[in-house]
Amino acid sequence: MTKRTDPLSKLIAEKGVLLADGATGTTLFAMGLTSGDSPEFWNDTKPENIRQLHQGFVDAGSDIILTNTFGGSCHRLKLHNAQDRVHELNKKGAQIAREVADAADKKVIVAGSVGPTGELLFPLGPLTMAEAQVAFVEQMKGLIDGGVDVLWIETMSSPDEIQAAAAAAQEVGMPYIVTASFDTAGKTMMGLAPNNIHSVFDGQAEKPLGVGANCGVGASDMLSSILDMTGADPEAIVVAKANCGIPEIQGENVVYTGTAELMGDYTCMAADAGATIIGGCCGTSCEHLVGMRASLDNYLKSNRGPRPTIEEIVEKIGPMINATSAANDLQPKRERKGRRRS
Amino acid sequence: MNDEAEIILSELNDDDLVLQMHDDLYDGLKDEISEGVNILLGRGWTPYDVLTKALVEAMRIVGEDFRDGILFVPEVLLAAGAMKGGMGILRPLLVETGAPKLGTMVVGTVKGDIHDIGKNLVGMMLEGAGFEVFDLGINTDVDQFLAAIEEHKPDIIGMSALLTTTMPYMKVVIDTLKEKGIRDDFIILVGGAPLNAEFGAAIGADAYCRDAAVAVETAKELMARKHNQQASS
Repeated sequence: MTKRTDPLSKLIAEKGVLLADGATGTTLFAMGLTSGDSPEFWNDTKPENIRQLHQGFVDAGSDIILTNTFGGSCHRLKLHNAQDRVHELNKKGAQIAREVADAADKKVIVAGSVGPTGELLFPLGPLTMAEAQVAFVEQMKGLIDGGVDVLWIETMSSPDEIQAAAAAAQEVGMPYIVTASFDTAGKTMMGLAPNNIHSVFDGQAEKPLGVGANCGVGASDMLSSILDMTGADPEAIVVAKANCGIPEIQGENVVYTGTAELMGDYTCMAADAGATIIGGCCGTSCEHLVGMRASLDNYLKSNRGPRPTIEEIVEKIGPMINATSAANDLQPKRERKGRRRS
Repeated sequence: MNDEAEIILSELNDDDLVLQMHDDLYDGLKDEISEGVNILLGRGWTPYDVLTKALVEAMRIVGEDFRDGILFVPEVLLAAGAMKGGMGILRPLLVETGAPKLGTMVVGTVKGDIHDIGKNLVGMMLEGAGFEVFDLGINTDVDQFLAAIEEHKPDIIGMSALLTTTMPYMKVVIDTLKEKGIRDDFIILVGGAPLNAEFGAAIGADAYCRDAAVAVETAKELMARKHNQQASS
């Protein structure tokens, strides 16, 4: 493989394991974003809040920050009647992150967040892969004009939509990362298993810089997914962005169980499981990231541990919410009368 | 098992045809399901029997395998699509023949939330199970729920949310129904990825449903309980 010269690949080569950032959504809600509003509007109306979000993560030790553009495709923005503001909102979001990264006293990578369209792709829904690609290209062009270093396609569940986004990234000529949310019986809701994520890119000329998992259910389930991905391709750069422990409902509020210490342990275990980029997702605050940074720095100074087992993960991080993807595959299949003509 | 010969639905006896329809619905074969429905009707089956023995039973199997992590959203959507094809034929006949209806439901994703895949699955599976379902769509506020209640006189109100930030709105809807003194007229089911049973109880819902298959089971069970209560009072 030719040596990659993009900023993210260079930083990985230099530091070994990188710390990504924490939760965008839950942090913005803590700043007063109201449920139902488009967070992307704040790139225009409250840039100081977005700057504060990124600055907090950089100060806590993040090597990578994700732009506030997760719902920035026309399919998401149309729900807020802003489908004609795709380029503007993505560019502004990227510019804010770029400014924060450039002002930092260390190298910080700006990753342009691209979430799912929220539509079902043909034949399950009306959106064709070509149309999805067009929407992703539009969003990605805005991100590139705002100065991102890499495109960060995240929370995906459909292999088709991943391929459309990957094709879009290649069309705009930018390196890209793809992470999926393995939240249903150890797989994505569309049935993609973690160990199969590599083969989603079989037909793509330019492979992603890295693949991985984000969000999902809990930190333990995330680690199980990471083991599957690194086991299937030990050479791959794998990303782990876990929710902060397990979401628990206390009264009418949602509280994440993860402490800074637990997230620190998760960080080391993710690295032992073979992850190269580690961060948090929902519920992960700057305080958690500080703990993760400290754990990662200690980890990088010492020797790597062996790949953790599921039992060790459960003991240290907490119970799995779902069975592992592999365990679900062992379930008996139905006896069938016979096959249809195929 | 590996039967290469082409299956001619019309040549199967009733029992084999129904089993084949279970397999075909499982595989999301819409045309074959419609064909099977028409054959059974042609053989003198009542629309209600076709619905329950062929389609609903098939959808129950799909629901079980979805619950158990064997099937995922794409397969369930295709199966529901095949079901819908069959329902298109049966619905007018069911109305004509006055077939029993399990109940009526209005369902919506609550205000602020635009995620509808799970909610759509619940709607389709309940329809598949014999309920009449009115889908209010996404971003549904309390006034829209109230208007739909007025219009459709549902037995069940279903609310969905995917976000931790939108799920509290479910309580707004329930509290409004309480204020109006009509809360107990309905079975209220809630669902969505971040929810759990404690949350459902805390906001005053009748049940939290982990997925669409559980929603169907819960809806049937609570409807049966409601009928028993009405019968005994």
